[in-house]
Amino acid sequence: MRILTVIKQVPDSNATIRVAADGKGIDPAGLKLVCDPFDEFGVELAIQLREKRGDIEEIVVICVGGEKAGEAIRTALAMGADRAIHLNDPKFESTNELSAAWTMAEAVKKDARGFDLTVCGKYNIDMDGGAIGPALAEYLDLPHVGAVTGLEFAADGKSFTARRRIEGAEEVVTCDLPALLTIEKGLVEPRYPSLPNLMKAKKKPVSVITAAEVPDVGASIAGTDLVKLTPPPPRPDCKFVEGEPEQMARELVRLLREEAKAV
Amino acid sequence: MQGLDPSDLFRVRELLSDDERQVQETVARFVDERVLPIIGEAFEHDRFPRELIPEIASLGLLGCNIQGYDCAGLNNVCYGLVCQELERGDSGLRSFVSVQGSLCMHPIASMGSEEQKRRWLPAMARGEKLGCFGLTEPDGGSDPGNMKTIAKRDGGDWIINGAKMWITNGDLADLAIVWTMTDDGIRGFIVEKGMPGFTTREIKRKFSLRASVTSELFFENVRVPDANRLPRGEGLGAPLSCLTQARYGISWGVVGSAIACYREALAYAKQRVLFGRPLSHTQTIQRRLADMSRRITTAQLLALQLGRLKDAGNMHHAQVSMAKWNNCRMALDVARDARDLLGAAGITVECCPIRHMLNLESVITYEGTETIHELIVGRELTGVAAF
Repeated sequence: MRILTVIKQVPDSNATIRVAADGKGIDPAGLKLVCDPFDEFGVELAIQLREKRGDIEEIVVICVGGEKAGEAIRTALAMGADRAIHLNDPKFESTNELSAAWTMAEAVKKDARGFDLTVCGKYNIDMDGGAIGPALAEYLDLPHVGAVTGLEFAADGKSFTARRRIEGAEEVVTCDLPALLTIEKGLVEPRYPSLPNLMKAKKKPVSVITAAEVPDVGASIAGTDLVKLTPPPPRPDCKFVEGEPEQMARELVRLLREEAKAV
Repeated sequence: MQGLDPSDLFRVRELLSDDERQVQETVARFVDERVLPIIGEAFEHDRFPRELIPEIASLGLLGCNIQGYDCAGLNNVCYGLVCQELERGDSGLRSFVSVQGSLCMHPIASMGSEEQKRRWLPAMARGEKLGCFGLTEPDGGSDPGNMKTIAKRDGGDWIINGAKMWITNGDLADLAIVWTMTDDGIRGFIVEKGMPGFTTREIKRKFSLRASVTSELFFENVRVPDANRLPRGEGLGAPLSCLTQARYGISWGVVGSAIACYREALAYAKQRVLFGRPLSHTQTIQRRLADMSRRITTAQLLALQLGRLKDAGNMHHAQVSMAKWNNCRMALDVARDARDLLGAAGITVECCPIRHMLNLESVITYEGTETIHELIVGRELTGVAAF
């Protein structure tokens, strides 16, 4: 079995996000970037499958992003992936998810053998977008199972049963390979790459693909354009109510009624 | 012009290689996700978080600057960054890793026999065997040349008698690197847990390094085969060379404590409103924060240059003394000031400064007190030993 894991480099969830001067993106100055934690679930799943089964031939990481995204790729390689495809060209648009998925699909199609299983996070934490997985499945003409929380392969390894949580119930689906899964939190717990593996990861092959090597997305993809990014409004000052509990309750009700007009 | 990062005003990170940055980020993440959520509670309840050992080992942090024998074989700057990130969590955790790596695995790697290396180093790197280092004695730590623990030849064996005190990891350890006086001078031995006559007792009622195990070691006619003697562990220089390794890691580690305290003080000053404005808007608070930032930055640069010298094979122990002295003093002062700046909030373990401050009272004392390091530097400057 050959597994493809999709990763994206995103700002660390603890980072303070500043809007760039042009109002159309995030200011990269001093911003800590990491491999998206949901995509790491996919990488971890692939590695765990290899640890459990003897037939995982190759785990390949694919990533659209600039030079710096090499760090996220190295994290995935240090966790245990075998090689990487880095789609690195200023022309590649990583914020337009359909465009990114299209580019990845074109790169994947260049590999005649294809992949039996493609995995990625159920969404990315940077823009809260969840289109990459389904779009990639569409462009590669693969069945797609989203937000998977449980996974079991059939004895022959050619199909699987997946569990996914939906509103008020759990859905159990079966699907034949090849297929694409997006992973929900809780399916696996990603490991930390060990320091020796971080060093070894440098020696693993990374093929860099530029815009010259894949067909232009052009007008074939509608997608979306990011036109404006604004920071959330500053939080209003917090008001503390002091005194005895009864006084406090009375004052709180008065404030809610007269100032906040909430009751 | 790019804005400045308040956590790295001088862009010291840019002086690191990609490898070094990735090592730091990996350990930082482990500390953020695994250590910080539990460490306040562990300190409060006087508990070493033993559950972290398997992950610390699988990350490759134990003996990570030792080559071969299943160790990570990283450079010394990487090792320093590992210490810095761990100590940003807690000095107790960094002490655990320092003792295992610099004080136990290092002497086995540099002074041990091939058989000793093969037997112990891979198991210690995996965290399956834990070590402690016995040099300091109840009668005083700054004068190890006058140690009272003795080893006497008895046929093919040695008989050890004496006691060691303030031994980090003592009660956890499967082996102790023990320094003894013999008829031929100081010799080092690997004393194994379970050898008859070798006992340990945990030192309780500490107000510092509470998330770390500190013990006394007792040796009563402990029979140790000559195969457990470190063949190249001879003379006072041997244990002192181990201390140089550990002090090197401390020089980096305490920068982490200071960063943790500074960050908490900065965040608090920005959000705490007094007299109608945030604390951070006042001159006195800004001067204090600026001073913390200045001292942390200079300590980082000192540690980094020390690491570069060590990686080039040119590090002198007096340089280590100056870095250990400067950086411990810096960290303790920053921690105390951060504690004070937090006001009443600063006295609980909910905020990190008081924990770091109490820990640093140990860190500035162990592995050579501040005075000893001043005198080592003084000796280097004047050519005269005044101690």
